[in-house]
Amino acid sequence: MTQAPEKYVGGSVPRKEDPALITGKANWTDNIKLPGMLHFALLRSPVAHAKITNIDVSAAKEQAGVVAVFTGQDLMDEWGSPLICGWQMTPDQKAPDHYPLVTDEVNYLGDPIAVVAATDRYTAKDALEFIDVDFEELPVVTDLEAAASGGPFVHEDYGTNESYTWNLDIGEVDQAFSNADVVIKERYLQPRVLPTPIEPRAVVANPDPFNGGFTVYTSTQIPHIAKYVLSILTKVPEQKMRIVAPDVGGGFGCKLNVYAEEAIALALARKLGTPVKWVEERSENYLATTHGRGQIQDIEIAASNDGKIQGMRVELIADMGAYLQLGTSLIPVLGAFMYPGIYDFDAYSFKCLSVFTNKTPTDAYRGAGRPEAAYAIERVMDALARRLDMDPAEVRRKNFHPKFDEPRNQPAGIQYDSGDYELTLDKVLELADYQGLREEQRQRRETNDLVQLGIGFSTYTEICGIAPSKVVAALGGGGAGWEMASVRLLASGKAEVVTGTSPHGQGHVTSWSQIAADALGVPVEDVEVIHGDTASSPWGRDTYGSRSLPVGGVAVHLAAEKVIDKAKKVAAHMLEASEDDLEFVGGKFSVAGSPDRGVTIQDIAGAAYLAADLPEGMEPGLSEEHFFDPPNFTFPFGAHICVTEVDTETGKVKVRDYFAVDDCGPVINPIIVDGQLHGGIAQGLAQALYEEAVYDENGNLVTGSMVDFLIPGAPELPNFTLERTVTPSPSNPLGVKGVGEAGTIGAPPAAINSVIDALSHLGVTHIDMPALPFNVWRTIQEAQGGRAGTRDLDVSGRPAQTVDNVDDKGGESL
Amino acid sequence: MRRIQMTVDGKPHVADVEPRLLLIHHLRENLGIGGTHVGCDTSNCGACTVLMNGESVKSCTLLTVQADGQEITTVQGIAENGDWHPMQTAFHEQHGLQCGYCTPGMIMASISLLKENPNPSEDEIREGLEGNVCRCTGYENIIKAVQQAAGQMQGSSSPVAS
Repeated sequence: MTQAPEKYVGGSVPRKEDPALITGKANWTDNIKLPGMLHFALLRSPVAHAKITNIDVSAAKEQAGVVAVFTGQDLMDEWGSPLICGWQMTPDQKAPDHYPLVTDEVNYLGDPIAVVAATDRYTAKDALEFIDVDFEELPVVTDLEAAASGGPFVHEDYGTNESYTWNLDIGEVDQAFSNADVVIKERYLQPRVLPTPIEPRAVVANPDPFNGGFTVYTSTQIPHIAKYVLSILTKVPEQKMRIVAPDVGGGFGCKLNVYAEEAIALALARKLGTPVKWVEERSENYLATTHGRGQIQDIEIAASNDGKIQGMRVELIADMGAYLQLGTSLIPVLGAFMYPGIYDFDAYSFKCLSVFTNKTPTDAYRGAGRPEAAYAIERVMDALARRLDMDPAEVRRKNFHPKFDEPRNQPAGIQYDSGDYELTLDKVLELADYQGLREEQRQRRETNDLVQLGIGFSTYTEICGIAPSKVVAALGGGGAGWEMASVRLLASGKAEVVTGTSPHGQGHVTSWSQIAADALGVPVEDVEVIHGDTASSPWGRDTYGSRSLPVGGVAVHLAAEKVIDKAKKVAAHMLEASEDDLEFVGGKFSVAGSPDRGVTIQDIAGAAYLAADLPEGMEPGLSEEHFFDPPNFTFPFGAHICVTEVDTETGKVKVRDYFAVDDCGPVINPIIVDGQLHGGIAQGLAQALYEEAVYDENGNLVTGSMVDFLIPGAPELPNFTLERTVTPSPSNPLGVKGVGEAGTIGAPPAAINSVIDALSHLGVTHIDMPALPFNVWRTIQEAQGGRAGTRDLDVSGRPAQTVDNVDDKGGESL
Repeated sequence: MRRIQMTVDGKPHVADVEPRLLLIHHLRENLGIGGTHVGCDTSNCGACTVLMNGESVKSCTLLTVQADGQEITTVQGIAENGDWHPMQTAFHEQHGLQCGYCTPGMIMASISLLKENPNPSEDEIREGLEGNVCRCTGYENIIKAVQQAAGQMQGSSSPVAS
């Protein structure tokens, strides 16, 4: 037997997930092949808004290899419910009926109209060409302000595009503004972005001949939630439904949903009595899978002349798209609590008007509401620093909550768990050699260097560890923020850990093995982590919102502790000693003072399994489970500095360095945590500098493939210089906070603040994301009083930047 | 249908295929090679990268008939006698993957890169991999993995990389 080291947690245990992934043996949904399996393809709307006046599928049905063709009307009897939005943000929230296939009206480009099932994917797709649909086109609304201010309406019956308006008012906001020395009012845009996991979605549905139910293999973050929701959608009883999330190639929030295609797969498998598969193409993914962000943010702060914030007002217009998907309406409100950032003041008001547009529904995208909030507050802090001629680091420092290790009230009415914001700021200033950078910047300005240096800050926090069930319920999500784990020691002394979290790149198998191995005193290689299949892991609330570790990982720890509590009783019986006299070290219980009198956890597991000689009344086996419902969220935080070089002639932005000091509490596996930060920062920089889902005025997605939607590659991104501080959370016994979204939240404002900082001596005070070269170049020209030519009028498809709004450039021009 | 033959990961295959069949679909559907992935359909992401006669190609935009008579190597054919290729080891040791979906293509592109330039600078690695997109790692650890593999492959000869 390998002796377990004293502690795995905190060590860079190599990932257990890797061998299958690097040898091509992983099991993706599209790798699944079942006897008799059909492939299906969807006819998607080629227009953004229209009545369907006629559909003729007869020619498609006659194609060789086609097994069935169904319209929305044909499948209506299959559904127990329209697709579900899980969040009722206000009692009067409008959520239009949204069936997996439309029946009489399409509301966005890509809205599915009909389905073809055929013997292979080429045949299914070919047959789509033989379906005739007649449309009567309707007016299209894509611009958020147009949608907010009146028609055309996406859903005519409502007579409005408003889904809901959500308010939060804390403290004396008007008084704070009337007493303020300085008021700063800014408008920022959050362009839509396309989440783009490299594995598109895929689903296989298979009838189960034994129980009359179904197994659904789907590329999802949420097999457990999908089981419940698909049961409602398709009327398949929950107990006859098995959902498997095989290897999942990234999610980033867009696989935190239950989609039309999953319900259609089930309906086809049931109607045709055979397994069916659907695999999304990338151009289809960009239409059919939820988008992220999409907001206009008006933020206003009141401050004193010495830079102390006294109050804040935030008003959002949030783009829902054409329908509400599972979490669409929650996303902007998840940010509502985070606009105050890590700054201490008393008066805060927030209002979110959420509107329908003729576009793909939005929903969670890595960070989900919090990157938007962090962006606005961190941008406005820089604006305040400029107004008062203060250093951006110092204006932040002046407003920090003081160090705290017990829950502390913040301006939006919730409690942060713990924080030491100055420490992260001090460390990042040192790490980046801030004074040295300012000196280099001064020199470049003095010499009129064509390439100017920018230093951009972001000191952020985020709300993670979703969530206390009562809070989920109070927000309109019903509840169930818990996570569940079971831990068992088998007859051989090897361990199985069953988790309800559902990883798709985060390395839970490795990290949960470390947590369990430490608690159980067994070697890490003796731990198997079971996940992602509702048959073997029946309880779970899945993976999103940086919740897996602070809720699910903690559940593993607590279940393992229960196993050890029971093992201790068995050990006391075996050693004929009192439990109080036993110590548990390195996988062995021994009598205090007599280290030779001991028994290993493996021997105890064997004895508990055989049950031939257990304490009176004890049940056999070492198998325990724990549901962990956290008492509070967790609030990781950090301080980032993005250093850019901006070419003032071409507008090209190069991220030269990125410094980040993050605090996610105690770290389970440093290489995994650093990897999460790398990827998160990269995705944040991608949003800030490169990515935007552009629609034209007719509702066509102009960036509809990877040819047009620029995902940064290796040449576009820097290396990352990371350090961390460790402030344990009081929200859970491991003190852990979560790290999956930190980089995506911290990076966008750091990047944009950096670009503005590089150009501030030229009079630039504002630029919107993405800071692509043309955008930067135009901003420089305008700041210098020049004309940017005529191309600046071609802003169709950008929220609030239609031709009508060219005089309203946002930012400090307001 | 057209009869083609090709060698895939060292094994000869003969098949009758439609002229329009993409190589990636031939590999995945007909030959059962699940380790080569489709990510974008437009040859931007590189998840489908394989080697044709030792040089990286994107199998999602190559017709199967174009590979007639050629030698194809996928991520499933680069280990030798059960030992990982140095590039596979390096990706594991440097944590150069998270979800792993881009990884087979990234590994094959990296092997091809080192064949052309056995001792690349960091910038040369970044430029060399610009046709492969990773959404998880931010690339830094992928660059380190290629650097590690380059160091290990110097002086040793691998049939794929040499």
